[in-house]
Formats: sequence, structure tokens, C-alpha cells
Amino acid sequence: MDPHESAVLMELLADVFAWFADPANWTGSRGMLTRLWEHVAISTLSTLIAVVLTLPPALYLGHRGTGGFLAVSAVNVGRAVPSFGIVGIMFPITLAIPFLASPLGFWATLIALVLLAMPPIFVNAYTGVTDVDPSLVEAARGMGMTESEVLRRVEMPLAAPLTMAGIRTAAVAVVATATLGALVGFDGLGRYIINGFAQGNDVLIVVGGLTVAILAVITELGFGWVERRTDPLRHQRRPRGDGFPEQPVVIDAV
Amino acid sequence: MSARWVLAQSSGEPFIDWEWVVTHVDDMWEATVEHVTLTVIAVVFGIVISFGLALISLRWRRTYAPVTWVTGILYTIPSLAMFTFFVPIFGLSMITAQIALVSYTLLILIRNIVAGVDGVPDHITEAAIGMGMTPRRTFLDVHLPLALPAIIAGIRIATVTTIGLVTITVLIGQGGYGVFILRGIRRQFLTEILVGTVLSVILAVVIDAVLLAVGRWATPWTRTRAPS
Repeated sequence: MDPHESAVLMELLADVFAWFADPANWTGSRGMLTRLWEHVAISTLSTLIAVVLTLPPALYLGHRGTGGFLAVSAVNVGRAVPSFGIVGIMFPITLAIPFLASPLGFWATLIALVLLAMPPIFVNAYTGVTDVDPSLVEAARGMGMTESEVLRRVEMPLAAPLTMAGIRTAAVAVVATATLGALVGFDGLGRYIINGFAQGNDVLIVVGGLTVAILAVITELGFGWVERRTDPLRHQRRPRGDGFPEQPVVIDAV
Repeated sequence: MSARWVLAQSSGEPFIDWEWVVTHVDDMWEATVEHVTLTVIAVVFGIVISFGLALISLRWRRTYAPVTWVTGILYTIPSLAMFTFFVPIFGLSMITAQIALVSYTLLILIRNIVAGVDGVPDHITEAAIGMGMTPRRTFLDVHLPLALPAIIAGIRIATVTTIGLVTITVLIGQGGYGVFILRGIRRQFLTEILVGTVLSVILAVVIDAVLLAVGRWATPWTRTRAPS
């Protein structure tokens, strides 16, 4: 990088900083606060809808021990279908349905985000329940618990960490993909990036990118914190000797 | 705004405009070449960097936590956001696209390499040392082959994920199937969006199957089962 280029970069960073420092950029219907709210609101809403739609069947099928094929398919389909494509497909479809056509881009983005969030939530909740030690379930039944009690009082608490991990994965993907909503007319933080690309305005591009990146990292870390707090075995599980953070490893994608 | 598509529906035209599909096969082939090129470059660079970082993590265990932490952050940052950081430096270019794509593969690959090597049973390592193998030979001839299934699983996940992400690189002027999706959105033309999406899924499925086959071929011992 030659000195001229690095001077330009320093200037860009100063401009980005000045952009954030200017109160006028934060307020109003096109301000950062509105954009942030739009982004957070649609992300929260779609994650919640996905949880409500996905958790009951995932937990039930996990309890029954059936539906493994569905779980495997969900992993593979979820990974192979590009999120950009789902947002794109939903756009003309929602436009053609009168009550989904407005506000422009909202329903297309929302439906795409819900679809995107469902596979990781399903797979992790399902796996969480099927991974519960069968002898514990046996013991619970032996104590006279009904099937519903076994699920609610034994399997669900033990599956909580993995279930939360699935919701975290989904939420982070949703925050990232909500950015693409700007391509179909929904605003949110993607508006800065898309407009910045269209206008060749590097300041807007970096402002949008930086905010989305920070939001995604906060989502990841925030859910990670909740995940640890909701683990019913958090007091029993001793940290492993090497002190490494516990990382799930996907060994095989069938 | 939706006039075009609604009109197409109400006038009894089919859901998918097959004529458009048939007349754009050449474009699809061109997009496939671009899409595969972008994917292969990203995954190859990802594997090289991940192997380096995984070797460091295995040799000096204290570095594993920071390595997964940093690559975890890179994995969390949306690729579109990652593009924005490098557009001011490298412009709407292949380099900008590759930085985001490569950084996304690292966490998956490093975790699987390290987990694969860690998964080698202690008695096997002891047997190798007992046979007089040096640590280097033990690693290359014993640990690495036994870690291969986990490593290949990681490469498969990284590749399939990258194929999906490549569609977004159209926003920074790259090619691939994203061209169809973006143009379809702009023209509100469902057929073109579907073509871009479906081709991306097909490519992911095909390449995944190829990698699975390569993995089976490279690890013949995983297929043999001792008679019970």
C-alpha cells in the first residue's frame, strides 16, 4: 500500500467516525436509530416465529425418537440453499399476494428469515433430546413420570444448552441475512450498504458493514451468555482440565 | 411494481418461464464456471491457512483458544459486512470477495482438523512411538491419516457453505449464480431467481457427493468392518 493510499484510508476512517459522531445521522425516519430498530425488530420477530414453529415438533420427534431423516435433511438443505436465493424467491411471490405486498420487502424478508432460521433450531433441539442418556429416561419412567413429564422435566432441561446453541446459530444467520432485505425494498442496516454500493459511497458502506458486524457479534456473544446461564448442569459440569472452551464439532454432514 | 409478474400469472403463463430457461443455458454454463472458480479458490486458500493454524494449535496448545476465538469472530461477521471493510481498499474485486469467503471457512476447517487429530486414540500414538517412529513420522503417517475422515467432513461443510455464500459476491461485482438472483430481483422475474438458487443447490449437492466419494477413496480402512 503506497503512502497516498494509506492517507486515503485514514481519511475514510475519519469520515466514518465523523458520520457516527454527527447526531443528524442518528435521528429521523432514515437515521441510524430507525435502521437499527428495523433490523433488530425483523431479526427478533423472525427468530421468535421460527422458534414457535420449530421447537414443538423438534422436541416431540426427539422424544419419540423418530424423524431422524428429517433432521439430517434439515441440516443439508439448510446449508445448501443460499439465503440470498430465499430472499430473492420470496420477493416476487409476496408481491403477487395482495396482503403481503406491502410494506415493500417486509414480508419477503420476514418469511425468508423464518425459513432460514428453522433448520438449525430443529436440528439442535432434536439432537439435544435424542442425546439424553436413555438410562435417565428409563429412570424417570420408573419413577412414575408420564411421557409429557419425562419430556418436560428430564429431556428438555438436558437438551437446553444444545437447543439454545441452535437458536443462537439461527439468530446470527438471521441478523446477517436481514441485511439482504435492503435489496428487496426492506430497509434495516442493509440500506446503508446497498445505497453505498449504488452511490460508490465508501463511508456509507463501511458504516453499514461495521454496524451489522457489531450487531452479529453481540448476538453471538449474548446468546452464548444466555446459553451458559440456562444450562441446568452449569454447576455440575466441571471445566475440562485444559481450560479450552467447549466447542461443538460437526464431524459428519451426511 | 409487481405488474409484470402478476400479469404473467393472470394471463395463464406458467409459474416458470421455461422458454427463458432453455434460451439461457449458455449463461448458466458461464455462471457455473465462475461459481466453481470462486469456490475452489476460497476453499483451497482456506485449507492451506487452516492447516497452518491447526498445526500451530496442535504444537502449542495455548494458541488454540485464541485461534478459535479470532476465527470464531471472523465466522460470525456477516460476509456482506466483511466485503464492506475491504471494498475501500481493494474495490469491487475478486480479492475483496475472497477475503470474506476464505475467512468464513477457517473456523470450520481448523476445528475439524484439530478434533480429528485429537480423536486419535492414545494407544495408537503409544504404539507408533513404541515402534520407534519420530514425532514427525507419527504425525504424518499415523495422526493425519486417522484424522482424515474428520478433516474431509470439515472440507465438505466449508465447501457447501462457500457455494451458498458465493451467490452474494455478485453485490461486489463478481459472477456466479448470484448474477441470476440479483437480476431476477431487479426485474421481479421469479424464473431467473429460481434458476440461480436451484443451480447453487445442485452445485452444492454435486460437489458434496464428489468430496464424499473422494473421502471414501482416500480412507479405505473406514469401509472395512471386522467380522463379528
